Amino acid sequence: MKYDKPEYISSQEQLTYNHSTKTHRKKVVLVGNPNVGKSCVFNYMSGMYVDVSNYPGTTISINKSNYKDKEIYDTPGIYGVSSFNDEEKVAKEIILSADIILNVVNALHLERDLFLTLQLIDMGKKVSVLLNFSDELKKRKIKINTNLLSKLLGVEVIETAAVSKYGFDKIDYAIEKARTGNQQLELYPLLQQLIEKSIPQDEALLILEGDEDTAQKYNIKIDTHESREKIYISRRNRVNDIVDQVEYEDSKKGEIFSHLGRLSLNPKTGIPILAVMLFLVYLFIGDFISQRVVNFTENTLGKRYFEYNLKSFIADYSNCKITVDILNNNGEKINTKSFYFPEGMHKNYVLRNEFKNLSNSTNTETNFHFYNPVLRLLFGEFGIITMTTTYLLFLLLPLVIGFYFVMAFLEDSGYLPRLATMLDRTFNKIGLNGKAVIPIILGFGCITMANITTRLLGSEREKSIVTAILQFVIPCSAQLAVITVLLSGAGITPLLIYVSVIGTVLILLSTILNKLIPGESSPLLIDLPMMRFPRLSNVFKKTFYRSYGFMKEAGFWFFVGALGIGLMEITGLLTVWQNLLAPLTVYWLKLPKEAANAFVMGMVRRDFGAAGLFDLNLNAMQITVAIITITLFVPCIASFVVMLKERGWKEGLSIWIGTWISAFLIGGIIAQIIV
Amino acid sequence: MTLDKAKKGNRVTIVNLPPGKLKAQFIRLGISEGDSVLCSERLPGGTIVVKKNRQEIAIGYDLAKKIKIILE
Repeated sequence: MKYDKPEYISSQEQLTYNHSTKTHRKKVVLVGNPNVGKSCVFNYMSGMYVDVSNYPGTTISINKSNYKDKEIYDTPGIYGVSSFNDEEKVAKEIILSADIILNVVNALHLERDLFLTLQLIDMGKKVSVLLNFSDELKKRKIKINTNLLSKLLGVEVIETAAVSKYGFDKIDYAIEKARTGNQQLELYPLLQQLIEKSIPQDEALLILEGDEDTAQKYNIKIDTHESREKIYISRRNRVNDIVDQVEYEDSKKGEIFSHLGRLSLNPKTGIPILAVMLFLVYLFIGDFISQRVVNFTENTLGKRYFEYNLKSFIADYSNCKITVDILNNNGEKINTKSFYFPEGMHKNYVLRNEFKNLSNSTNTETNFHFYNPVLRLLFGEFGIITMTTTYLLFLLLPLVIGFYFVMAFLEDSGYLPRLATMLDRTFNKIGLNGKAVIPIILGFGCITMANITTRLLGSEREKSIVTAILQFVIPCSAQLAVITVLLSGAGITPLLIYVSVIGTVLILLSTILNKLIPGESSPLLIDLPMMRFPRLSNVFKKTFYRSYGFMKEAGFWFFVGALGIGLMEITGLLTVWQNLLAPLTVYWLKLPKEAANAFVMGMVRRDFGAAGLFDLNLNAMQITVAIITITLFVPCIASFVVMLKERGWKEGLSIWIGTWISAFLIGGIIAQIIV
Repeated sequence: MTLDKAKKGNRVTIVNLPPGKLKAQFIRLGISEGDSVLCSERLPGGTIVVKKNRQEIAIGYDLAKKIKIILE
């Protein structure tokens, strides 16, 4: 998305501007606290066309669309305009450039939400207020005098209900009637001083409120935050005063969901609720998406149709060897047939037909081997075109959609902040606050995705600790499946050893990081939104936009990773690596030499690595060592590159090297003791 | 006394909030010095949930220790 600086142009210039090919379109910006229904309004206004993009220089994605002759922007949910975090910075920039602001307000939380409204009005912006959740007001027998509210604020107040789209027909009216409201009079003399230095009023206010970024922009020094506090407190008093005048409560009924909310806070009831929730998430993602759906998309769509047909086409014209493994009903290899085409398949139609017939029959697995290094790089086992496409579209995409769906669902239900609250004290012990539970839970599904959600944590320190925990000790769903199968055959002792070793590593690692990384973690201070059943249409839209954003972002890095592994394979470095690891595997980990393959493959994809252990004849203790090592071993390429991107080269590489050392060190020590 | 010592069901007046950004965040969320809030939940370990009208805010134990209150 291109972000244009605010335009202050004279009417003459405006005229010329309008005559140019690019007309100046009014910017309507939706602003509001988190969970007030901004997205519902945005979705309604945008219809089909939406442009999602990361805000330049940040990782926050912004939705932009056209509405009639105007541009509309959705902004991240904020409690105030300033630069406290990335979301606020992005929202601030868009608000500053806005022509008209539609401020979405949750009618049930007037006291909280009007703070932002008054700030927008004090900034001198043209504002209209959409008083959302007006249907909930009736249910809870709360009355808000909208006319009086509108009079006190000095701007239009339109009652809406996002669920039934009630009041949405008045959005045009709201845009048309947007105006500057009743600003706080005491601020005028102070603002005037800055406006005289030709600073626009909106930015002048932010400077008065101690916004460092804006002050820096105009080279103005702010010494203390006293003036912010003063302005904030008087604004808070104005809000309280307004709420006192406009809101009446008849009864305190209608709090079934808030009762559920309270139950999920207290560990006694909250932990069983968490267990049920995790089980449902497991059924959906662990069982339905990652087993059934991915099985079909990856093996059938990806390998059987896409890769097979593309590779056959290449094989028609190039020197290649093709092997077809014949499998029995349990998926075990019982026979292999090789086909050799020195000049490509099209030169030998007889053999080509024989190959096609065999490879198209059921229970076969076809492997193409191209002799030309460039073709191998593009279409081979780790081919940039073949492997990456299969991974991205047929493996990762369904998983990503599944995850973002669950995330959006939990987010909109108001459950996550309560979970974070319940677990806050536990996480304090390792230098984190309760919010860290969200990326860690996601890590059991897919580390790659979880790496990205560390963004919701308050400080760099917390992001570092959680990222390290994810890469070191959390097995992803693919690994968990293989580990479960291996362990179930091995008995109870290996299970106990595995759980206690991984648990100890988790505690040690987080304690050490907590001591080593300087600084303090951010304290828990979160608003607990209403518990409610999410609007599915909203959940679907969120899922779509986020999945799209993720694929756009991660896609490139996947190609880079595949190129790296592909080059290693062609140059023979991959084999060198396997051989280098072999002594470590045999003497230190006491595993067969071939286990080294499992480790190297584990880098490409962790479940490949773990699955490689199936083929080896291991005893129970060897299985224990192998799965401990695989769990602690380096993250897969996908999550490695995403981690590098999120945390930078220095930190990413330190974590990566750290996982190498810890996996072999700890795995080896256990091997020396138990095998 | 400080907020971490409040019991579930106590109605308290906020006397003093920690300075700086945290204070600004409290005010934005709707809580400022002099406000009366209900301690609606006190979790094992000391995390506090306060309620002002329908608004619920969770406050970590370490932060709660820095908030001066008086019981009403």
